[in-house]
Amino acid sequence: MKLKWNYSDLNHPMARAKGLGSAHGGLHHWNAQRLTAITNIPLFLWALWSGMTLAAANGADYETVQAFFAQPCNAILMILFLISVFYHMKLGLQVVIEDYIHGNGLKIICLIALNALSIALAVLSIFSVAKMAFF
Amino acid sequence: MAQNQTQTLSKTAMRPLSPHIQIWKWSMNMALSILHRTSGIANSIGLCVLVWMLAAAAMGLESYDVFHGFITSKVGQVLLFGWTGSLIFHMLTGIRHLIMDSGKMITIAGAERAGMVIFILSITLTLALWGCVKFFD
Repeated sequence: MKLKWNYSDLNHPMARAKGLGSAHGGLHHWNAQRLTAITNIPLFLWALWSGMTLAAANGADYETVQAFFAQPCNAILMILFLISVFYHMKLGLQVVIEDYIHGNGLKIICLIALNALSIALAVLSIFSVAKMAFF
Repeated sequence: MAQNQTQTLSKTAMRPLSPHIQIWKWSMNMALSILHRTSGIANSIGLCVLVWMLAAAAMGLESYDVFHGFITSKVGQVLLFGWTGSLIFHMLTGIRHLIMDSGKMITIAGAERAGMVIFILSITLTLALWGCVKFFD
């Protein structure tokens, strides 16, 4: 069984006209999940390494963490990591909700809460990094 | 009345259910799929701890000390250990998904082999990582 395809086949207007491909925004969700999965890998490995070095240096005390985020490179990579990871989390948990919550009303409430919460937490954490980088 | 109740029940609760995880014999493919989702949910909860750390560090020494006290406690360390393991596992099964998206490794034998590699690698990496941190601490 050969299961090879390329994105353009799925995106092609003719595929849509023939009734092939996703009905709503499924393809965008699928692509975004893979894109963030790929960007997550190097950013996560960097974050893991940073966490290890922070823990090894004075047990990640207040001054060490402040000095870490005062470095522009660290602040930028952390913000990129947060954007990539929160977007990936939102997409993943959306599928979990769609799979397990069947009542339409409750499902929509959960999806709205998920969107609001992921954006709120992302903004809170990105603002925190920016504050440490600038002040 | 009793008959009425049975009728409503038969419409909703008494419908036959399709077999679920209690029924199926566990296979590597199934375990990897379920654990990929479970570890993803665990990672989301762990992400909240990272948000707490960043927000506390930005707010000042006092609030950061509260976070630091929690994360260096026994409970905090166990949770952090679990989170690192879950993140590494999710990354490895995620890489497997990316490989499968390209049309490769979609066989039972492929899943069995990938699963063994993923389980051994994620346990080894998590232990090695924590060993390094504890060694240099």
